[in-house]
Amino acid sequence: MDGKVIDPTKNDPVVLDDMLIVSQSPHIRSDESVQRTMFDVIIALVPAMIGSIYFFGFDAVRLLLVTIVAAIAFEAGTQKLLKKPLRIMDLSAVVTGILLALNLPAGTPWWVAVFGAGFAIIIVKELFGGIGQNFMNPALGARAALVASWPRIMTAYVTPDGVSAATPLQILKSGSGNLPAIERMVFGDIGGVIGETSAILLLIGGLYLIIRGVIDWKTPAIYIGTTAALLLVLGVDSSNLLYHILGGGLILGAFFMATDYSSSPVTPMGKIIFAVGCGLLTALIRVKGGLPEGVTYSILIMNVATPLIERLTRPKVFGEVK
Amino acid sequence: MNQGKLTFKGGVHVPEYKELTEKKSIEVAESPQFAYIPLHQHIGAPCDPIVNVGDRVKIGQKIGESGAFVSGSVHASIAGTVKEIKMMFTPTGTKTKCIVIENDGTDEMDDSLKAKDLETLTGEEILAIIKEAGITGMGGASFPAHVKFAPPKDKPIDTVIINGAECEPYLTADHRVMLEYAELIVVGTKAIKKALNVENVYIATENNKMDAVEALKAVIKPEDKIEVVALKTKYPQGDEKRVINAITGREVPSGGLPMDVGCVVSNISTAKAIGDAVVSGKPLYERVVTVTGRGIAEPKNLLVRMGTPIGDLIKQCGGFSKKPGKIISGGPMMGFAQFNLEAPIIKGSGGLLIFPEEEVKEEVVLPCIKCGKCLQVCPVRLQPLYISAYALKNNVEKAEGYNAMDCVECGACSFICPAKRPLAESIKNIKKEIIAKRKKS
Repeated sequence: MDGKVIDPTKNDPVVLDDMLIVSQSPHIRSDESVQRTMFDVIIALVPAMIGSIYFFGFDAVRLLLVTIVAAIAFEAGTQKLLKKPLRIMDLSAVVTGILLALNLPAGTPWWVAVFGAGFAIIIVKELFGGIGQNFMNPALGARAALVASWPRIMTAYVTPDGVSAATPLQILKSGSGNLPAIERMVFGDIGGVIGETSAILLLIGGLYLIIRGVIDWKTPAIYIGTTAALLLVLGVDSSNLLYHILGGGLILGAFFMATDYSSSPVTPMGKIIFAVGCGLLTALIRVKGGLPEGVTYSILIMNVATPLIERLTRPKVFGEVK
Repeated sequence: MNQGKLTFKGGVHVPEYKELTEKKSIEVAESPQFAYIPLHQHIGAPCDPIVNVGDRVKIGQKIGESGAFVSGSVHASIAGTVKEIKMMFTPTGTKTKCIVIENDGTDEMDDSLKAKDLETLTGEEILAIIKEAGITGMGGASFPAHVKFAPPKDKPIDTVIINGAECEPYLTADHRVMLEYAELIVVGTKAIKKALNVENVYIATENNKMDAVEALKAVIKPEDKIEVVALKTKYPQGDEKRVINAITGREVPSGGLPMDVGCVVSNISTAKAIGDAVVSGKPLYERVVTVTGRGIAEPKNLLVRMGTPIGDLIKQCGGFSKKPGKIISGGPMMGFAQFNLEAPIIKGSGGLLIFPEEEVKEEVVLPCIKCGKCLQVCPVRLQPLYISAYALKNNVEKAEGYNAMDCVECGACSFICPAKRPLAESIKNIKKEIIAKRKKS
């Protein structure tokens, strides 16, 4: 029938009725999709993944493959077991897998990575209702569980040369050892988990997410800004400030973890409070706490506070009379 | 005014698709063989028929009216014989009594139609003309114009906005009216200005219709004191509360009306209809309709007699070009899907949209990922994801608590949702439940 002009009066009305779809408005939809959103996050993580492979070689490839495959398998398995629709095609498990791998030290054994993927997908995500329902960032929740379970493995940082080495923030915290040059922190030639070492590659990805409208620039900007401000207030030497900003997973956390949709507030004011809270906690943990880095726990604590923040920051409706 | 910059917070850029018809001049549609005039096509009391089956009627003759103040009379759009008065579906999906007129082909005009001079008319006389002409808002809501322009004494009005934003994609009827009937719009606007006795008068459109701005400016004299403003092109810029906000910065209170902030907003085609009524005494028996979409052979802007079945318009536009999947009365964001071709054009129908089958896909609904895009686009600053979640669980109290009743049903949230969730749809449904609950208590 394509291309031909059809006279509606010659149509049997009954036949026409059968082919017309009746539904409520709106009748058009944007081309946004969950899969496209997740794919954008994956694209944004590509520079950091390439960087991790460049710096850590086969170890990075191994960890990325193990966590991605395990995350997809655990998601499919759980959904099958719980008789829920299979949703691995939304690519969210891939994102979780990549983020988890980027949060592991290069020497992490494969079974620790698999355990982490299982914890992230089964415990944090699927048991709470799957995509959109997780109350904390799955990859960060898993990282916290791994650090608590195998602290030595999870802090066995090596430099890209394979030499075991403290992270710059560990050096700052303990006050012993030599800090690397700032340029090395920008490009990634330092000790740390495989995804946090290169600030510039993470920033490229973060910028892509902002341009694509996947994340709001305010969250990372306020998070990093608050951290820096409180560090200075707490007496951190300003010459060391760049180490704090570029190290300790702050950029990875601020752009890719604190912006997780389901575990952060949806309200505009809530987003700001969330980012400020993350920043304050990160600085406090680094200066007053026992841990050198603090990003993981800051975001997790704010994740848990998210429902409360949302309730307290309900936007004022247009024309609302108080 | 800061042309092209004025707008409201929120909203979404929707693909316009206006190129199908925006350059096409208005064509006069053939008068239909049968006209089906619904007696209830406005907000307020339905009309009672004042003609009987078998009566001969002429164009412009009043055939239905109501004793109630809030109502809009209806007029014959063709000359001929009243064949029957029967229940039919209108394009908005409600069933109502319709007067069926069979065309005798004479196109004889009712001789009570008389021209008047705006200069000599008083405000009351203008309101009487508007009421007699059966003019109701032509932007879709169809609120009787003579009621809107006679607000209660305790609501002083200082601003009138004539709304030609036409933010719905595809539709170009108001755009063409501004280009081709600029003089009548100005007459209508001056009549409204006189009836309400206000100083600040604006004609507002979007900055994707700068030719309309020029056309209007060309016929407005300095002493008319009418300002033409181009608002930023954004959906739903044409929503009356958003128009007021963009131009005056005022926010109509939640649950309130424009008159609560001293404003009256009227659609541009309504202003043209008022111009017609004043200049030639012509009641509202025809309107411009955009027939468009990729499922119609020749998209057109047509001047259509009220009561013309939509099937007639499809025929005049060359029929379907492809197998039709959906036929919509109005625009794609807020229009009504039709289930047959008999539904008549009414005062509030500005568009007829035909989507071919391949453009009508059933979306797979996925779980909400809490991306918050619905909050960003909501012109009322609601949280559609939560209202919808409660609505789908039929939790009336919670949905109400999240201000569901403030929803203007623009559909921007459903449009943007990456998980293709029926946000606006479910909120519209729970609003009905809330209204029902309020009536009970």
